Amino acid sequence: MSPFAFHRFWAVVLKEFVQMKRDRLTFAMMIGIPLIQLTLFGFAINSDPKHLPAAILNADHGPFARTLVAAMQHSDYFEFTREVGTEIEAAELLQIGAVQFVATFPEDFSRRLLRGERPTILIEADATDPAATGPALAAMRSLADTALDRDLRGPLARLKGSPAAVNLSVHAHYNPENNTQYNVVPGLMGVVLTMTMIIITSLAITRERERGTMENLLATPARPLEVMAGKILPYILVGYVQVTLILIAARFIFHVPMVGSLALLYSISLLFIAANLAVGITFSTLASNQLQAMQMAFFFFLPSILLSGFMFPFRGMPVWAQWLGTCLPLTHFLRIVRGILLKGSTLSDIAPELWPLALFVVVAMTIGVKRYRQTLD
Amino acid sequence: MPPGTHVIDVSGITKRFGDKTVVNGIDLQVDRGEIFGFLGPNGSGKTTFIRMLCGLLTPESGSGTCLDYNVLTEQRQIRTHVGYMTQKFSYYEDLSIRENLDFIARVYAVPDRRRAVDEALDRLGLAGRSHQLAGQLSGGWKQRLALAACLIHSPQLLLLDEPTAGVDPKARREFWGELHRLAAEGMTVLITTHYMDEAERCHRLAYIANGTLLAMGTVGEVIGSAGLTTWEVTGPGLVQLADSLRKCDGVEQVVAFGNTLHVTGRDADRIQAALQPWRTNPSYLWRSIPSGLEDVFISLMGRSSDTFK
Repeated sequence: MSPFAFHRFWAVVLKEFVQMKRDRLTFAMMIGIPLIQLTLFGFAINSDPKHLPAAILNADHGPFARTLVAAMQHSDYFEFTREVGTEIEAAELLQIGAVQFVATFPEDFSRRLLRGERPTILIEADATDPAATGPALAAMRSLADTALDRDLRGPLARLKGSPAAVNLSVHAHYNPENNTQYNVVPGLMGVVLTMTMIIITSLAITRERERGTMENLLATPARPLEVMAGKILPYILVGYVQVTLILIAARFIFHVPMVGSLALLYSISLLFIAANLAVGITFSTLASNQLQAMQMAFFFFLPSILLSGFMFPFRGMPVWAQWLGTCLPLTHFLRIVRGILLKGSTLSDIAPELWPLALFVVVAMTIGVKRYRQTLD
Repeated sequence: MPPGTHVIDVSGITKRFGDKTVVNGIDLQVDRGEIFGFLGPNGSGKTTFIRMLCGLLTPESGSGTCLDYNVLTEQRQIRTHVGYMTQKFSYYEDLSIRENLDFIARVYAVPDRRRAVDEALDRLGLAGRSHQLAGQLSGGWKQRLALAACLIHSPQLLLLDEPTAGVDPKARREFWGELHRLAAEGMTVLITTHYMDEAERCHRLAYIANGTLLAMGTVGEVIGSAGLTTWEVTGPGLVQLADSLRKCDGVEQVVAFGNTLHVTGRDADRIQAALQPWRTNPSYLWRSIPSGLEDVFISLMGRSSDTFK
């Protein structure tokens, strides 16, 4: 016997191809997934986010503030969506994440500029994700130096040059050192939960079917909801172990600040874990074998990582991609985790992210229970 | 349930998968305490019929009751009172024997669960192995576990789908001993099998082919109604003899049994005429013997494929 015979090797190759051809869904997914993901992510991912929502608090009514605001808007980095009257209002918008920046022009801004007193523009940024704010703030710095060049003509030309006519003060809220780990580590909590919960549970019912234990389970009086809830609960506990491990690591290894209530975080994690488990269970009722279940899990996992704002700034994506991202539970959970840990968000602050999560659980669970067949028909 | 009523009483049960009729208008009555054998070739619709009885499949048409519950509408109630043993081992291989039984007992909400599990272990001689993983068991032990599991909720009817496939003769004999004990206690058993010795241990049996019921009754009745004649022959060159006999008119089956051939036909006169040339040859020894159940089933199978193909 030769150690390697071509005909034996070739027999195995041919057999694999035939089996691959038989499993149509797997075959379609092997071809389709790369195509879909290439187009999806190729267009969606953008690490230079523009059109970031900003609020303006303008106590000055002179021309220079107007020029600067126009220049900021023009830079494409800032999109002034709100005008506020008080600092409290502005802080609230930042806290709930409705805007990324607040630009404050103090009273007498124009007058003091004319006097050559170098008034200060205050830019407050929600810096939980430094990658989202970085490019915009860099653009702002050069903008502050040059935007007024055209207005400062004739007698005002003396105000030009260095130092610039205005002073720029940037407050990076929630993450003053622009430490990316502060953003990534809480985000990882959501990513790890998504990955493990969906994969483990998507195999749960598929395995019963593959091993033949499903027929027996169907012959018992156990009802679909009982089976699913029963399969979900043990993994919820596993999910909590993961949450705890990540929080411990975040605190003691990465020194992530924990401003908000951990109790709140723990209770909301339940909703997120349930959302992922419901997806997993639904996949496992759709897939006919464990390989298909795994592929579906990955099909869900990749957009969750790429479109949720975990890897790339959410606001940098085109609108259609943001809509896709909004449908994913991880997107909302990331905002909640970062909100609670870094911003100290309270229940009412995160309410806008809660109901989409709850809706997701209901929809996924309904599909799963509907798909779970009670007979073998 | 008052004695005398039928445990299974269905008529016209039909099931189609796509345009293929898998079970075609089956009428069946099985009484309490009866061991009813269900026989037929592979793919004849036995498993489908059993699945309809225990509520895993819904019949397309037909009506009837199983344990006095309607097979069309009361599938949930049927499930709780039936013990169903699937053809393929379908308990959890990564659970131990005791854990499997405990799980099933919990799902059926068996009262006094621990005692019920212990009794089931004792009854089927599994107590010594209760901590062994089901996946490590041999075929015979897996089958005992499966039987223990379908008995744990004290069902009134056992539906056993080829329970003894791949089980050695000793284990099969013990299994049948257990079935007869259960039947004597009032349990009704519907069992499918391919083994003729097992068919002969049933109180009554039915033969199904291509989804249609072809024969029903006790072993004697089934053999009698088939009206076969069988001759046994010994002598030299049996393989050549068999080839020649198969070409003869009136000969349906020629089967080798060791140093003998069994020659079977439906028409006694025709077969006798066909055998005449060899019967006068002194080197062959001919003997008329009673037809066996297997001869009957193979004959029935041949006839049904005549009508269906």
